[in-house]
This record gives sequence, structure tokens and C-alpha cells, in this order.
Amino acid sequence: MDWRWDFTFDVVLPQLWAAAGITVYATVVSFLLALVGGLVLMTLKVSKNPVVSFVAGEFIEFIRSTPLLVQIFFLFFVLPEFGITLPPLTTGILAIALYNSSLCAEVYRAGLLAIPRGQYEAAVALNMSPRHAFRRVIMPQSLPPIVPALGNYLIAIFKETPLLSFVAVGEIMHASKLIGSEYYRFTEAITIAGIFFLVMSLVSAQLVRAVEQYVNRSILH
Amino acid sequence: MSDRDPKVRFEKVTKTYGTLQVLDSLDFHADNGEVVTVIGPSGSGKTTVLRVLMTLEDIQSGVIYIDGEPLNKMSRGGRLVPASKAHVRRIRAKIGMVFQNFNLFPHMTALQNCIEAPVHGKGVAKGQATTEALELLDMVGLADKRDHYPSQLSGGQQQRVAIARTLAMRPEILLFDEPTSALDPEMVGEVLNVIRDLARSGRYTILLVTHQMGFAREVSDRVCFFDGGRILEEGAPRDLLGDPRNERTRQFLSKVLEAR
Repeated sequence: MDWRWDFTFDVVLPQLWAAAGITVYATVVSFLLALVGGLVLMTLKVSKNPVVSFVAGEFIEFIRSTPLLVQIFFLFFVLPEFGITLPPLTTGILAIALYNSSLCAEVYRAGLLAIPRGQYEAAVALNMSPRHAFRRVIMPQSLPPIVPALGNYLIAIFKETPLLSFVAVGEIMHASKLIGSEYYRFTEAITIAGIFFLVMSLVSAQLVRAVEQYVNRSILH
Repeated sequence: MSDRDPKVRFEKVTKTYGTLQVLDSLDFHADNGEVVTVIGPSGSGKTTVLRVLMTLEDIQSGVIYIDGEPLNKMSRGGRLVPASKAHVRRIRAKIGMVFQNFNLFPHMTALQNCIEAPVHGKGVAKGQATTEALELLDMVGLADKRDHYPSQLSGGQQQRVAIARTLAMRPEILLFDEPTSALDPEMVGEVLNVIRDLARSGRYTILLVTHQMGFAREVSDRVCFFDGGRILEEGAPRDLLGDPRNERTRQFLSKVLEAR
């Protein structure tokens, strides 16, 4: 194998370092938006209004049943036809956030469904308001199963960000390809990008585990 | 409320699940301080009586009155209209319910279970709520378990915490839905002892659904036999349990007593 260290240190690392920032930024912002978006979608889906619930359910199904790459392309190439032109990074973050919102919505719903009916009934019997019951009784109990699932989505989103290279977002995969085509050398850049994803995934997994343990310690006994 | 109003009154209350009629135009009442035991075969509607009273289930028609005030309706311009949520919560504050499966909050200690609703629902100061809750836990014999989580307590202990939690809201009407059915036999006594004390105190109107006929006979002022969503027979426990008039009551009691 032909590996050149001077090329790695002089060209690859500096360029990938800058691009890695964009990868992390896109991951974090998409994840945060997905957490909120999932909550909104879940709320709509469990709505008592059958029309709202149906539309939300179909929307979630639609998003989940189409590839993320198609959705990214759709937002990037089709929205401008309707006069909406967004910068590539914004488009990409929106697409990833939307896709993962529908996944998070299901996680939230599953978390709520896992709460026994008796807990809701006890709250009524103690004359709690629905808001009080949700905040103090239901939500604390649904967090322990929800947190690890959401953590997995954080890592999944991180690994989805290379898809943004298809719409020319300067994240780490895009930067690697640029280096490759500029110098006709792919080995170093692609390898470093791979190692970056590996290290970041391992770090994220540890982080998720720490949060999980914190939640379990403070809520479950 | 006038003195003549019963504490609880059902007026032609009908409840259906789909085509299944669970309560069939039920008229029922319990006077202030009265201990009424509801017995009957499964599916007879006996638990549903407690559940609709606690507003855990809607009813299709009829009116439930507490101290003469409608619970599922409210009076507006002299007419009864469907009750608002605020109205239901105001009336419902008089009712507390103890469940077959305890339904303690698993993420809270015994003490936290008891003060949660008073502090965060009613706005009672935490210090005062804690003092009251500790008295109640002491009353049910569990003062030393205040910092235990439900998973660290036996079934009988959990049910006694659940009773303390219910009392902490200072209800006037207590509903017990088969409170000992989920317990191992050796724990039934400790829970019945607590309920017996509450019944004898005369401070509460109590509706009790149970299969413990001996206990029903001991604590009740009146026993109602339910079948098919109606009261088939009611009377003093000695009469109804000792010498039932109705053939269905007779059959039911002989089966229940045989099984023991």
C-alpha cells in the first residue's frame, strides 16, 4: 500500500479537520431538531382529532418509507421549483432532521405506550391535572426506555451526514472526495475520514451510555 | 348540599362498551358515612360502578350526584349540561380510590407517593404535607418504610401505602376496588385491618368491591348484589349474605362460599 505521511499531515488532516466541524455541527443541529420535531409529530399522531392523527400518521409513514437520500435531493432540487431556495447545509440539516423526527416520534410513542394504564388512573384518582400527571408521573417513567433509543439515533444521524456530500455540503466525506480528485490520492483522505467516524461513534456511544446511566440512577431504583 | 342528599347518588346511569351494557339504567345511592359493599359475578358491573364514579370511564346517560351536586353534568341556566373539566376536578376532589393493583408511582418513595398530589396538585406546603403523610404512613403501620420504593415493599405494604396516599388528599368518599385480590393470602389481613379501621371511624363514605364475604359481613352497613349491570338485591349484610331472597344471589353466594 502506498501511504504518504507527509501528504497526510500537510494536506489531508488540515482540510479534513475543518470539514469535521461541519459534520459535527450538522449532526448536533439535526439531532436537536429531530428531538423537537419528533415530539411535535407524536403529539399530532396521538391527537383526538381523527383527521390530524391520520395525516400525522401517514406523514410519518411516508417519511420512514422513502430513502433519506431521495428526501435530501427532493428538498435540494425540487423546492427551488416552488421558489424556496435554501443553502445546501440548511437543506441537508432539514432533511436529516425531518427523517429522524418521524423515527423519534415512534420512539416517544413506544415510551408512552409502555406506561401501564394504572399509572394514568392513579393520577386521575389523585385528582391531578393532565399536565401535572404527564410532567411528574408519566414522563419520568417513559424516559429510561426512550433515552437509549434516542442515543442510537444520534449515532445514526452522525453516520448519515456523508449523504450531504451529494448536495455539495463541505462535510468530511465531501472534503475527502475533493482531496482525492484533486491529488489523485484517495487512500489517506478516505481512511482518515473512516477513522474519524469510528472514533466519534465510539465517543458518542460512551456519552449516550453515561446519559442513560444518569437517567436510570435518578429515576429508576 | 341539603341534609337529605345522599353522599353519592346514581340516577339512571347507563354505561355500554360497544354493544355490551355494563350498567343498565342504574339507580344507586350511599349515605354519608355509610359503608356499602358491592358483590357480584365478574362482568356484573360492580367494578364499573367505582370506575365511573372516579371518572375513569364515561357514562352514556344518567347523572351521578355527589352531595347533591352533579359530577358528570353541571347546571347552567337551570339545565344540566355536560360538565367542564374544571367542574369535574372540583367535585372529584371528594373522591379517592384504592386499586386492585395498587398503582403506586414506581419512581417515588412511599413518602413521595403520598405527598405528590397534595404538594404539586393542591398546593399544600411541602412541610405540612410531609407531616400529614408521615402520620398516615404511621397509621397504616409503615412509618419506617417512608424512604422505600414500591419495588422494595411487599404487596400488602404497597397497598397500605396506596391507602395512605389516597387519604393524603383528604377525600370524603373512599372507593376500594378489590383491594386484596392481588395479594398473597398472608397479606390480606394487614390490608383489611386498615380498611376496617377506616370503615369504623365513620369519617368516610365507603364503597367496597370485594370477594371477602366474611369481611363484607363484618364492616358493611349494606351489601348490594350486582348482576347484569343492575342491583338485583340489597340489604343488611346479615340478611343478604345469610339468607338471600333472590335465586341468583343464592347461586352466587353458594359458589363463592364453596370456593373458599
